[in-house]
Amino acid sequence: MSRTRTAGPPGEPRRVGYLYVLPAFAVYAAFALYPLLKAVYLSFWDWDGLTLATWVGLGNYADVFGDERLRASFGHALVLMAFFAVLPLLVGLVLAAVLHRAKVRGLSFFRTVVFLPQVVAMVVIAVAWRRLYSPDGSLNSVLSAIGLDSWTRGWLGDYTFALPAVGVIGTWFESGLVTVLLLAGMSRIPRELYEAARIDGAGPVREFFAVTLPSVRGEIAVALTLTVIAALKTFDLIYMTTSGGPGHETTVPSYEVYRQAFELGHVGLASTIGVVLTAIIFVISFAITRIGDRVTD
Amino acid sequence: MNRTQRTSMALLAVGALTVAGCTPGSNGDDTKTSAPPTASVTTDAAKMGNVTLTVWDQEVRGGQQKQMSTLIAQFEKTYPNIKIKRVSRSFDDLTKTLRLAMSGNDAPDVVQANNTRSQMGEFVKAKQVISLDGYAKAYGWDTRYPTSVRSVASYSPDGKTFGSGSLYGMPQVGEVVGVYYNAKRLTELGIQPPKTWAAMDAALATAKSKGQIPLVLGNVEKWPAGHLFGIVQGRYAKADQIRKLGFGQAGASWTAPDNVKAAQTLVSWVDKGYFNKGFNGQDYDQAWQSFSKGNGVFLFAGSWLQADLSTAMKGDVRFMLPPPSEAGGKTITTGGTGLPFAITSKAKKPDAAAAYINFITSPAAMKVLADNGNLPVVETSKQSPPDTLGKDVFGAFGQISQADGLVPYLDWATPTMGDTLGATLQDLLAKKVTPEKAMAALQKDYQEFTAK
Repeated sequence: MSRTRTAGPPGEPRRVGYLYVLPAFAVYAAFALYPLLKAVYLSFWDWDGLTLATWVGLGNYADVFGDERLRASFGHALVLMAFFAVLPLLVGLVLAAVLHRAKVRGLSFFRTVVFLPQVVAMVVIAVAWRRLYSPDGSLNSVLSAIGLDSWTRGWLGDYTFALPAVGVIGTWFESGLVTVLLLAGMSRIPRELYEAARIDGAGPVREFFAVTLPSVRGEIAVALTLTVIAALKTFDLIYMTTSGGPGHETTVPSYEVYRQAFELGHVGLASTIGVVLTAIIFVISFAITRIGDRVTD
Repeated sequence: MNRTQRTSMALLAVGALTVAGCTPGSNGDDTKTSAPPTASVTTDAAKMGNVTLTVWDQEVRGGQQKQMSTLIAQFEKTYPNIKIKRVSRSFDDLTKTLRLAMSGNDAPDVVQANNTRSQMGEFVKAKQVISLDGYAKAYGWDTRYPTSVRSVASYSPDGKTFGSGSLYGMPQVGEVVGVYYNAKRLTELGIQPPKTWAAMDAALATAKSKGQIPLVLGNVEKWPAGHLFGIVQGRYAKADQIRKLGFGQAGASWTAPDNVKAAQTLVSWVDKGYFNKGFNGQDYDQAWQSFSKGNGVFLFAGSWLQADLSTAMKGDVRFMLPPPSEAGGKTITTGGTGLPFAITSKAKKPDAAAAYINFITSPAAMKVLADNGNLPVVETSKQSPPDTLGKDVFGAFGQISQADGLVPYLDWATPTMGDTLGATLQDLLAKKVTPEKAMAALQKDYQEFTAK
């Protein structure tokens, strides 16, 4: 009359547990793992998407790292990371700290307003900003109006300013998300901590660095992960604003994936860029979550 | 690495092997040849039995959409045994999806494919579209359509040579890049529409000196400057040289003095301040819209802007071919056709597909095209244009295609040329590179391709 289960203490997971994971795993495998593996597989071939492919081994990878223009596109993505992740984090920290401390009336209204860019489709945002940046657009009108006529230019066609100009769109887009995330984190900080800090004679700035900042490290990690990924995989913004121009000043890896696969028919090379990009995103987000985990522990 | 991780790695590896089942592209139907069905061409569509044709086109905008639906309705009425299943997408969507659709198992019968190597050239190479030579003879397309028009849809059967060989597609509409000018402004400035390039130079200088923007350009999309360059190139270079460059055929050179001179001319126009400020950051659409509101004197652009400009400016806007180098000389300019219609090798009834293509490119169809504000690719001068500007554009296209002065779009040359040309010309106009360096960059792209 003994139970069939022999090994392990009660509550220890059994093999049957995998069965529960199976449905979710099947979906994940079909729509994420399989395409990923297929892309890795394709990256070893020289394939135009139509005729028979030829095996090139790591040749495509050599191309990605050897081609000056593709290398540059990864460099641009790093610059965009500063605009998409670092700047929004700074803006978000300041905004959230102020909103949190000041106990503004209608906080939820402001929260909605700063979050709004996230709701609008990127294509719409890109079109709107393109108008803003155009030689006869609002930005130049404002500059002329305040006497800075010499600063006016076709921003997206300017070799120095095109990339930062695109980056600023990202900053505007991501700041709201970061602010709302941080606000949520800050609202969970116990009042007592602030009272204690105040009794110890801390001013608002000291209070921010001693209490607020350490308490939202987890949220910062989440925000950084999300925004860094957004920066690395940005495509629609580039496609709609500059098409990688002027020259090749603003191309990014995902734009190159599109160009290689759909315009040039280099499906193998496109897959390779995608795989490299995936690896980079994986490493960076892994590092961020690791750091985030360590400090919250 | 602990045990679970190792197991999952093993699983991944197994997965990878499963994926690695076959060479990409090997499930395609490689045995099928594109042998032209010359011997057995049937042209009597009424006797082809019940057929359903799936047609993919990109005629989605106003007048295009109207002509297409009119012609399809007429076709189905004339041949009740043939049903047309039409799938229409915007140009961008068509470009992105056509490649996949062509390699799929239920590929459409008739597709509108871009002339370029990256699209039609690839389809020819992969034997996914069939040669239309047999039908061209049977229907008389080879006599109705001039060589310069047929050449832009012709490839060698291996897809390597563009611009000659077999006919793979039949276009409906024509395109020509020329000069739009604000007639009212010219009169105010006391300038005659320039008949020679010297007169054009003088006109630009006069416009500048009287505080106007001589030339309107919006180049943030990169490709518009290619059309501008094409016009200036036609001033200096010979047509056969430009054709070789445009079709990516060996034997010409971007670094030839003529081309460098064209690049220098563009730079000198930048130096003289002939363009609107910040043109590299300006939208193409915003640029011509600004022109239509009375800003600027000349706009170098294609016939596709005719309807919109005419609506906005009425009689104030006129169109002309770029002037010849000397009075009475020959004009050369960029132009070609709209996207040609091709028959896929998976079409079950190629004869019916050809009958459809013949119907939508027939003389009667040309009239329907013109009536809906499109520029018919042949018999252009026989149509009655919609308005003054239409008359200019129709006349210009008829004249230049008769005179064989159309040269291909420069970005057709190689699969990468669109991008190389766009980026290089942005560099050139922003004076990031010298004319010599710019032409060398184009030469590199062209040379690498033609050397293969």
